[in-house]
Amino acid sequence: MTELPILDVPRLRATSGTAGIASAGEMTHSEHLAAVRAGDLGSVHSWELVTAVDGPGTRLTVFLAGCPLRCLYCHNPDTYFTNKGEPVLLDDLIKRVRRYRGVFRATGGGLTLSGGEPLFQPAFAGRVLRAAKEMGVHTALDTSGFLGRNASDELLDDVDLVLLDIKSGDPATYTRTTGRELQPTLDFSRRLAERGNRMWIRFVLVPGLTDDEANVAAIAEHVATLGPAVERVEVLPFHQMGRDKWESLGLPYELEDTEPPSNELIARVMGQFEALGLPTFRG
Amino acid sequence: MTADYPEWAGFAQGPWQQAIDVRDFVQRNYTPYDGDAAFLAGPTQKTLDVWQRLEDNYLSVERRNRVFAVDTEIPADIDAFPAGYICKDDDVIVGLQTDVPLKRAMMPFGGWRMVETALREAGAKPDEHVKEIFTKYRKTHNEAVFDIYTPRIRAARSSHIITGLPDAYGRGRIIGDYRRVALYGVDFLIEEKKQAKDAVADQPFTEHWARYREEHSEQIKALQKLKKLGEIYGFDISRPAATAKEAVQWTYFGYLASIKSQDGAAMSIGRLSAFLDVYFERDLAAGTITETDAQEMIDALVIKLRIVRFLRTIDYDQIFSGDPYWATWSDAGLGEDGRSQVTKTSFRLLQTLRNLGPAPEPNITVFWDPALPQGYKDFCAAISIETSSLQYEADDRIRSYWGDDAAIACCVSPMRVGKQMQFFGARMNAAKTLLYAINGGRDEMSGKQIVEGFEAVQGDGPLDFDDVWQRYEQMLDWVVATYVEALNIIHYCHDKYAYESIEMALHDSEILRTLGCGIAGLSIVADSLSAIRYATVTPVRDETGLIIDYITEGEFPRYGNDDDRADEIAAVVVHTVMEKIRAQHLYRDAIPTQSVLTITSNVVYGRATGSFPSGHRAGTPFAPGANPENGADSHGMLASMLSVGKLDYHDALDGISLTNTITPAGLGRTKDEQVGNLVGLLDAGFVPEN
Repeated sequence: MTELPILDVPRLRATSGTAGIASAGEMTHSEHLAAVRAGDLGSVHSWELVTAVDGPGTRLTVFLAGCPLRCLYCHNPDTYFTNKGEPVLLDDLIKRVRRYRGVFRATGGGLTLSGGEPLFQPAFAGRVLRAAKEMGVHTALDTSGFLGRNASDELLDDVDLVLLDIKSGDPATYTRTTGRELQPTLDFSRRLAERGNRMWIRFVLVPGLTDDEANVAAIAEHVATLGPAVERVEVLPFHQMGRDKWESLGLPYELEDTEPPSNELIARVMGQFEALGLPTFRG
Repeated sequence: MTADYPEWAGFAQGPWQQAIDVRDFVQRNYTPYDGDAAFLAGPTQKTLDVWQRLEDNYLSVERRNRVFAVDTEIPADIDAFPAGYICKDDDVIVGLQTDVPLKRAMMPFGGWRMVETALREAGAKPDEHVKEIFTKYRKTHNEAVFDIYTPRIRAARSSHIITGLPDAYGRGRIIGDYRRVALYGVDFLIEEKKQAKDAVADQPFTEHWARYREEHSEQIKALQKLKKLGEIYGFDISRPAATAKEAVQWTYFGYLASIKSQDGAAMSIGRLSAFLDVYFERDLAAGTITETDAQEMIDALVIKLRIVRFLRTIDYDQIFSGDPYWATWSDAGLGEDGRSQVTKTSFRLLQTLRNLGPAPEPNITVFWDPALPQGYKDFCAAISIETSSLQYEADDRIRSYWGDDAAIACCVSPMRVGKQMQFFGARMNAAKTLLYAINGGRDEMSGKQIVEGFEAVQGDGPLDFDDVWQRYEQMLDWVVATYVEALNIIHYCHDKYAYESIEMALHDSEILRTLGCGIAGLSIVADSLSAIRYATVTPVRDETGLIIDYITEGEFPRYGNDDDRADEIAAVVVHTVMEKIRAQHLYRDAIPTQSVLTITSNVVYGRATGSFPSGHRAGTPFAPGANPENGADSHGMLASMLSVGKLDYHDALDGISLTNTITPAGLGRTKDEQVGNLVGLLDAGFVPEN
């Protein structure tokens, strides 16, 4: 293959010149196992530079592959399975974080681990967060909290902000929405509050599924007991932007006919949080 | 020449008094402002009334009819029309292109057919006498160009591999230093030009010498007409401006003279804020005006800049996606001494978007640097969020090549004001060139052999990157040579038959000329070459053997995702084209430059171009400028900014554009958060640090 000509003029390079995140090379089964256990190897779905969505400023959001929940409204169903992700070595991912340190400084942003469920790969997530902190990068963890027990205190020490998605306050609604139990998330939020981990609480408002007044009230009442660790609540209106993914994955999608919530409904729900003194924003 | 006019009282003295040097005047006299927007004034009743009258009586009619009115009898010129006003209250900053707002004048020097077509499309017919003059007695730019064009240029033009050439309309992209009219008065400018003309009087005849003297005479005549234009509106602009109001008015007369005599594709106004601010500061300190007065003057000027109109054909409007004239007003940036060039007038200019509402013209262009004052950065972001009417450029790149008194012509072309002009070059279709390379010069849409002497790719196997790259380079040699040949001819003829006398009169006598070449379709070439390199691309032929489509199997990196593999290909394409342009001989010792900026003509280029290995479909619009292919950038807006940032500015000194759309809600939950995040994005996107 011909080498492309070398550009011999002085260049103002936007980046350090490392390639996009490379896929890990061939490994034996035992090497692979050891690397995963040590957190040297993770399954990554994708990355994106996003603004004002996954924490303050402009952030490198890394979507890890694999999730124990099956939320009916999931807009990333392509991140359900760990084995469908790209095997990525810790060092390669860290290079990408390092590449954007200037961006993080200029925008007040940082790294967000999302998914999927980042705590599905706690060893890898912990190593990434540690490395980011060593570089002085602000870190956020976008989680449902269902696997909160996977998060060690050391891991949580390396998280500057937890984006905790409490999907419902009523246990039955939670299970209907996600296929799992609510309690682990509540326990995790309590633990975060006691540790003093800063939190943004998120709630996806789906008409006919999560919008019941009592369901919302249950979340709001719980969150209100968490104290100053909760910096804000974000009410995220359901949208249909994930619909095509369900279709292309051949997965049955129950919310085909669900409309986004009306402004009145959003206002009512936000009002329920605000009534308890929680700073609430529309996402 | 030394002068000391009473109008200059209170100004810091300097070399600007000995010879024309507006930059020196500005640097010695302007007051940087690092506060916030709290001092600004809203619109006066008079501003609102004039704007409303304009809307009710003129703009609303024009929107219905495309053209409000045309003049069919008087060929345009600086002093061709009597005074015109929007309404009785239109008395703050005065002057219209013709005698009626929005009425368009004939500018036949560029080409007669364009005038006649545009008139017909507007439901009018030219005066027979005028038609006779420009078809029988007076040769036009357009006629001259086609007298010289070579067969290969004609072929390339008709197959649309080269499109939008300024061979039938005014080239534009020249910014007169309109500030000179205010600072020096017209008599001083005439005297300087006379001296420059006669400084060479005793030299022997050469064609260069003759052209120099003839052009100077044209400039002097234009300046005399400019004085007359002032008189038509009741002003004596032979002397310098004495007040802020006069400074704004004199400066506008300079610009007005240009748009009365030239209908260039881009008629930009330059870098005025710090200059005018000196006058505002002087009058404010003297107590002769208030902030409300200052804002009213800038509002009045901006109203005038919103109603510039040229007689255009429907075809022209399609190439340029509407009726733009690029009255680009460049602002902010840092000085070479490190001081911010943001003044209160920079804020007043942005404030016009609140006082009058959003508008695309004047094209307000902010030279951004992270070191600009926070108050200004925040105000820019707030105005962007409210009006979507600002354009941003990386100040550091422009300043390091063109100094701190550069302005943008059109949308991205920087030039030192009054010291530099551009020969506008439209653009060549770099994407279609790739298809020609693969098809050996046969047009993929028509099947015609456009370029002779090239072999098409043989066989039905997958394309080989090395082979295609080599073919691409060879085809670029042909296209670039043909393209530059056309541009040389065009600018030779434009200088001769449609010379911009008044704009050049507001330039130094010795200037730098650049030839602004351009490319379209960069993202398509980058993605297609990446596909050929990293995936498997198999050509699909029609019954004549012409390759009309491609089957691409496998993954390949796409330009616009901060993935160096694809971005590097884009950078190499830009570099390679530039090297080939540099190898050409250029008219009038111009410096070759390149732009990547098809902001306006993506649809037209796309329509004339076939399908690509990247998956881009035949006939569909190109992404604008240096943008990633529509939908191919999946890693966020900043990632695409960083990809574009890898194109080497040294290879594209005429500018690189990236068009982005963000909704305010996409920038944050609160207005403060939105402003902060937009400022951060601009800081990070323009001058990333690692």
